[in-house]
Amino acid sequence: MLKINVTSIRVLDQEEALDFYVNKLGLEKAADIKQGPFRWLTVRVPGDPNIEIQLDEPGPPVLDEATAAQVRELITKGAMGGVVFQTDDCRKLFETLKSRGVKDFTQEPIEHPYGIDMGLRDPFGNQIRVLEPRAVTRERSKKEAAAAAS
Amino acid sequence: MSRAVEAFNRRMLRARDAMDLAYSQPLDIPALAHVANLSEKHFIRSFRATFGETPHRYLQRRRVERSMFLLRETARSVTDICFEVGFTSLGTFSRTFREIVGETPSQYRLGHGPVVAPNCFVMAAMRPMFSAAEASTFGEAFDAAAP
Repeated sequence: MLKINVTSIRVLDQEEALDFYVNKLGLEKAADIKQGPFRWLTVRVPGDPNIEIQLDEPGPPVLDEATAAQVRELITKGAMGGVVFQTDDCRKLFETLKSRGVKDFTQEPIEHPYGIDMGLRDPFGNQIRVLEPRAVTRERSKKEAAAAAS
Repeated sequence: MSRAVEAFNRRMLRARDAMDLAYSQPLDIPALAHVANLSEKHFIRSFRATFGETPHRYLQRRRVERSMFLLRETARSVTDICFEVGFTSLGTFSRTFREIVGETPSQYRLGHGPVVAPNCFVMAAMRPMFSAAEASTFGEAFDAAAP
């Protein structure tokens, strides 16, 4: 049996990353352990302790300065991948993020056969996508209809 | 020095994102240069240095990709699709499509059905890159026309 335990996003600045992922996107801080110049910093979805995302700032002692500079350049070109989150209300989250000052949307919420999704970038250029699966929308519509009928 | 490159890349990425977001609208180089906070000439040169193609070419390929999507997935007319993805003339659309894809929009539609994949995957992976037109001066005239 295998599960995802920790995955990483490479960021230019851990403090700025923490502010974005916690105060804007709505995650919570999980681990924060300092060891000399190295800081193991992770965030997770509130209520989901099983998967953490490491906010990894490339640099010594893990990477030499020259390699770290290459990685940093790639991050800012949007070439270092990203994360796909799931939500139960994509349009509501879009409005919430806007109200928190998020501007770097790569795609406003669009409805597809498989659900409603949107795209944005973190402050450094990493792609973040959010999907509200079709089944979740259907479930919510049912609840809303039941509430309206009662 | 390195930090300056990072901030610069981020601005270029913001301009590229603006094309992916608003391809259906009339986007011109002055508007995109404004997003990147650069002069037009500097913007075009820098975009190519950063992403390996001119902003004009990037946008044309995004629009053609979106038209390919609509040709595959919908029954809408070619003219309708042409304007939907941001082209302002059917002649330019047909010529550009043929240059990039190697066949006409109608021929493409006949040969291709729906692709079962998330839209973000389609947009990232199916923006056409290679064609017989690659060796031509496609996209370069735009540079020359810039002040």
